[in-house]
Amino acid sequence: MSPHLQIYRPQLTAITSILTRITGNALIVGVILAVWWLLAAATSAEYFAVANAVATGWFGDLVFTGSAWAVWYHLLAGLRHLYFDAGHGLDVPTAEKLGWGCIIGSVVLTAITILLVQ
Amino acid sequence: MRYLTARKRAEGKGASHTGTAHHWSMTVSAVGLAFMVPVWLYVFGKALGQPQEVVVETFGRPFPAILTALLLVVGMRHFAMGATMMIEDYARGTARKMLVIFAVSLSWVIAATGLFALARMAL
Repeated sequence: MSPHLQIYRPQLTAITSILTRITGNALIVGVILAVWWLLAAATSAEYFAVANAVATGWFGDLVFTGSAWAVWYHLLAGLRHLYFDAGHGLDVPTAEKLGWGCIIGSVVLTAITILLVQ
Repeated sequence: MRYLTARKRAEGKGASHTGTAHHWSMTVSAVGLAFMVPVWLYVFGKALGQPQEVVVETFGRPFPAILTALLLVVGMRHFAMGATMMIEDYARGTARKMLVIFAVSLSWVIAATGLFALARMAL
């Protein structure tokens, strides 16, 4: 395998790229929890009590907080891809700045989202 | 006798035989989701933690119901295609086929379940 991974310094552009795939696919967990919660709300009071306890308990908080960051990261990284597709921002300094933009932007937007909805 | 030249048959198709259809579909759904997701996060976040009557009332209103329905259909298609892309990168042969079928099926099950829940709350 080349380049040799043991001696290869991880680069920001590579990490931000693989994070796009990881966040996009991991979001399925939050989606399943949200849809289950909606199904329970549409079904009965007893079913909602069970799903709501999970969705608003420590597990739900963990999944939905993680999902909020994942969806914001995936959204920003996706916009970056659209910008790349248009032929812009492909030089290394700009690509690295956009990478930091995705990381910092996603954390800031997650904090704003949680503050807005709590 | 073939009337099309080899180049003409191959043009724009690439190794997938479908050209850029997959990529373009992801681009279109990405733009749609980029507009819908921030608004939906607010709607869902506000509803989460509320009593059942409030949740049912929220998703029974036209705007949250239509937005959530769109998000389920567009989002789950976007997920199915993205997950397929990932599986095709890492799995081979029968494992690849089974995983792709599972990802596509799961996406449709989630979309259908969500739409059913919305229909019960909104109608």
